[in-house]
Amino acid sequence: MNSPSGPGAASAGSAVRLSSVTKSFPNSVHALGPFDLSIGAGEFVSLLGPSGCGKSTALRLIAGLTPPSSGRVEFTDASKVSGRRSIGFVFQEPTLMPWATVWDNVFLPLRLQRRSRAEASATIGKALESVGLSDFANVYPRELSGGMKMRVSLARALVTDPDILLMDEPFAALDEITRFRLNNDLLELWQRSRRTIVFVTHSVFESVYLSQRVVVMTPRPGRLAEEFAIAAPEPRGEEFRTSAAYVAHCRDVSQALARASAAKAA
Amino acid sequence: MAEQGQRSPEPESGRLRYGLPLATLAIGFLIWDLIVRVNDIPAYTLPGPLLVFTTLIQDWRILGASLLVTLITTFEGFLAAAIGGIALAFLFNRSRIVEYSLYPYAVILQVTPVVAIAPLLLIYLPQQVAVVTCAWIVAFFPVLANTTLGLNSVDRNLKELFALYGASSEQTLWQLKLPSALPHILGGLRIAGGLSLIGAVVAEIAAGSAGAGSGLAYRIAESGYRLNIPRMFAALLLLSVAGIVIFMGLSLVSHLVLRRWHESALGKES
Repeated sequence: MNSPSGPGAASAGSAVRLSSVTKSFPNSVHALGPFDLSIGAGEFVSLLGPSGCGKSTALRLIAGLTPPSSGRVEFTDASKVSGRRSIGFVFQEPTLMPWATVWDNVFLPLRLQRRSRAEASATIGKALESVGLSDFANVYPRELSGGMKMRVSLARALVTDPDILLMDEPFAALDEITRFRLNNDLLELWQRSRRTIVFVTHSVFESVYLSQRVVVMTPRPGRLAEEFAIAAPEPRGEEFRTSAAYVAHCRDVSQALARASAAKAA
Repeated sequence: MAEQGQRSPEPESGRLRYGLPLATLAIGFLIWDLIVRVNDIPAYTLPGPLLVFTTLIQDWRILGASLLVTLITTFEGFLAAAIGGIALAFLFNRSRIVEYSLYPYAVILQVTPVVAIAPLLLIYLPQQVAVVTCAWIVAFFPVLANTTLGLNSVDRNLKELFALYGASSEQTLWQLKLPSALPHILGGLRIAGGLSLIGAVVAEIAAGSAGAGSGLAYRIAESGYRLNIPRMFAALLLLSVAGIVIFMGLSLVSHLVLRRWHESALGKES
């Protein structure tokens, strides 16, 4: 709030707005808030904070997986398609059904909407192609590497063509090489489709590399500490990752993260 | 030898796995035969293995028919246990109230020795029904317990994913809970197969002493009264073989169902 706030956000109109949202759990852990956040349509926002700061809780609140203890989560009309908002969610684990092939795993959201296999076939083919897994449609998850499983998970989240994509530390468990590659794939995907993405991470470098806006959160209960707009030319690639501007952004965000943690400890 | 073992440990261990028990069996028969021959033990005390086999072949018409009776009882009890156990587990999973009301009694039914229940059942139920009921009582609990465990170990994130996409409870049941629980259910069924044979035999023995029945267990009791010890052994052998075949059959079914995806069924070859 006391630092440059997202410029791209306001202009595009907001997709989802969290107004003084709090979340406490039955075991009286106060996990989040009050937390205010407005996410623009088509914006790529990262929520960055230490472990247990409630950033995953914020994501689950947006997804509607858990209700807020107080405050409101509002979706604007821009985020609704055919009366029902559609959300894609990517968990930290791939969360695939081990008994189903890659194709059937990606088919799941459509199957739950009672679409037929024949009807869904083209959509699924496209989703698999967008994550580079066209050749693995009939393979079972156990035969895939960690990175490939995550791609399947991403394809499944994309198959409903969601207005907003929520990602909960999706690449945290992957090795660095795989993570960099998936970061690039995700950026390319976002640049192509311009869908709204909320990305939770505890990696400063990942958040700066990917997002238009980085939201730094305090330790539990998570609140908004500082925001940074990452104005960098697109398409971003390896040259951005090694540029002076990238390093400067990372330093600013790191310091903000340290300040947020220190303020809490004091 | 050691070098070969290192290069191809799998076929080696496979040979040992099947070869060693068979060798043990052969040695056991040999010792048994020797003891009978050396001590000149009469057949009505301890028949030699050869005599047991010839009795098995000679009495096959009686024993085979009895085997069929026992197997049918076992199968009916197993089927009832499978359906009852799985259905009850799903019911428990749906409703806390039903679970809390009934689960203690399922446990009580399990921990009360079936040998003690069988004579009572025979008083109140027609004999065939009573025998099947015994098989069911012994066999249904492992199915219930395992299915319950399976239903409770559904991946939490997958459950949330289903909720996120607005899955109906019916969709969640068939597309998430049932497949998740399947490895556990199959494990329960594998135990239940052997147990339903035990239940059937126990009930047959109880019924046999009440003067009715024609299953294998009844043959054993009857042969005992007549001091036809070779036939007792032959009937016992048939029961053991039946138990082994049931277990192996269910293991095979489990393997075939799970082989594409579940850790337990993944071969060591991959």
